[in-house]
Amino acid sequence: MKLLLVGEALDGRVTAETAELFGFAACFSAEVSMVLAGSTDDLPSFDGKLYRADGGNEFDATFHKRLVLAAVERERPDAVVFLHSSHGWELAPRVAFAMQSAQVSGVVGLEDGGYVVESCNGKMLRTVRPQTERAVFTIQPGAFDAPAMAGIPEVTALDVEPDSTIEFLDCVQPERGIDLTRAGVIVSAGRGVGSAEQVGLVEALASALGGEVGASRPVVDAGWLERARQVGSSGQNVSPALYVACGISGAIQHLAGMKGSGFVLAVNADRTAPITSVADVLAVADVAEFLPALTAAIRARQ
Amino acid sequence: MNILVCVKQVPDMEGHFISNSSGSWFDEAGLAWRMNEYDTFAVEEAIRLKEQLGGEARVTVLSVGPARVVETIRKALSTGCDDGVHIVDPEAPERDPWQIASTIAGFAVGRGFDLIFTGMQSEDRSSAQVGVLVAERLGIASVTGITAFEWQDGSMTVERELDGGRRCRLRLKAPALMTCQLGLNSPRYPTLPNIMKSKRAMLTVLSPESVGLESPKVSSGNFRPHEPNGAGVIFEGDAGAMAAQVLEILEAKGLVSGKGGAR
Repeated sequence: MKLLLVGEALDGRVTAETAELFGFAACFSAEVSMVLAGSTDDLPSFDGKLYRADGGNEFDATFHKRLVLAAVERERPDAVVFLHSSHGWELAPRVAFAMQSAQVSGVVGLEDGGYVVESCNGKMLRTVRPQTERAVFTIQPGAFDAPAMAGIPEVTALDVEPDSTIEFLDCVQPERGIDLTRAGVIVSAGRGVGSAEQVGLVEALASALGGEVGASRPVVDAGWLERARQVGSSGQNVSPALYVACGISGAIQHLAGMKGSGFVLAVNADRTAPITSVADVLAVADVAEFLPALTAAIRARQ
Repeated sequence: MNILVCVKQVPDMEGHFISNSSGSWFDEAGLAWRMNEYDTFAVEEAIRLKEQLGGEARVTVLSVGPARVVETIRKALSTGCDDGVHIVDPEAPERDPWQIASTIAGFAVGRGFDLIFTGMQSEDRSSAQVGVLVAERLGIASVTGITAFEWQDGSMTVERELDGGRRCRLRLKAPALMTCQLGLNSPRYPTLPNIMKSKRAMLTVLSPESVGLESPKVSSGNFRPHEPNGAGVIFEGDAGAMAAQVLEILEAKGLVSGKGGAR
């Protein structure tokens, strides 16, 4: 088995998730080579071929497609492996189409020669099998353990044409007014809290526990809480001693951001919601009923 | 300006999913259906652009699927899309992204769409492939996961969401395809006159074979729920009683400091 991995760089550094591609490759004892998307002088530590090209913008999808395809031409891999990230979903289908190959998106595990992916907002799983000789995969960040990285890659420079169809203007950094990464207790609101007014119940519990208020993506998108409070792969990665998920179904992007939590209490009316798979305690309840009861119980002890 | 919006009808994700007899996908019995959430933002953005451009723009909404998807096409018409296209394909729920893209691109090719909006992914299969595959087949530019869209003087400026909450801004010209991320806009509710109009609207009805349908690239099986987490404790019943039990556990773990913040 020969795999071409597509690593990622952000703000001039190879991302931590890039190492997880090697974790996936280790499942097959595969021979690996790598292409790096994004611009960086930082190199991943491994023994193998690393393909680079100069001149293309970090967000030039066509340039990166050409770079990956040029490396595919050299390496003739059995599969090209991306992360299921913004780079991955932008690039993988372009590469799969050019290769006329199957793509399996968001792989979380392996089973009997097939690839396990999540379905139905993370509630269900299914096993997908490529029907083409070569395949393209995107692997879900957090699903494959990153091995310890060591070695020095053999860098091969490729000549790749940049593309000017899409003009890059600038990059907008996320609002970071609130640092949740150091909070010891976080009480997060999800869509299941029901309304902007009910977010007050989450704030009251956070206050009683002496913690910070966090949010899932839909709550932020709806404007119930500020974006700076978003927990997850498009927000902040948190690792509190106690994480209380209120009405959060637990999309994989949210779970990726809070999996470092010490103890997880989930409050959810749906006992099959994906959040329950990471909960130490699940209270099957309406947020509007349970939160005031827990807040009152805590206050009664203080 | 000729705009195409592609929408998928999916089950309500709160529903209870059970496998069909072959294990390839879910059994549809008992599920409630609605428009894929990502697609609601695509529809809204198309309508906003049409309103901005006035009389010169037209929005076509397309869905591939069994008879039930007509309801979702009419929902899009009731919020302001002009024309509905139903590609009748009872097998669509189990077709792979490659096949669905071959059908959509087969419809779109030669029809002169300046802009195509799709959702970034579907909530049920979550492959995040169809939009980009359609664009690649048509040989037009595409941007995935947009969180802002602005049309001015013949070109568009879009914001694309990256990991860790970063966004980049890009500018490009039509023809192009955008896949829409959650939170791109605030989808509107239909108006009563539009609901009435959408009920009477004639849809263009086509078969996948007549526009294009390629063979699958993947097979899918062993549809199943996530393994339950054996370590978790589950409480049910009276809220007050549950709160006392939960607090006992939190205290035993030393997770309640005993001095909360100000009320």
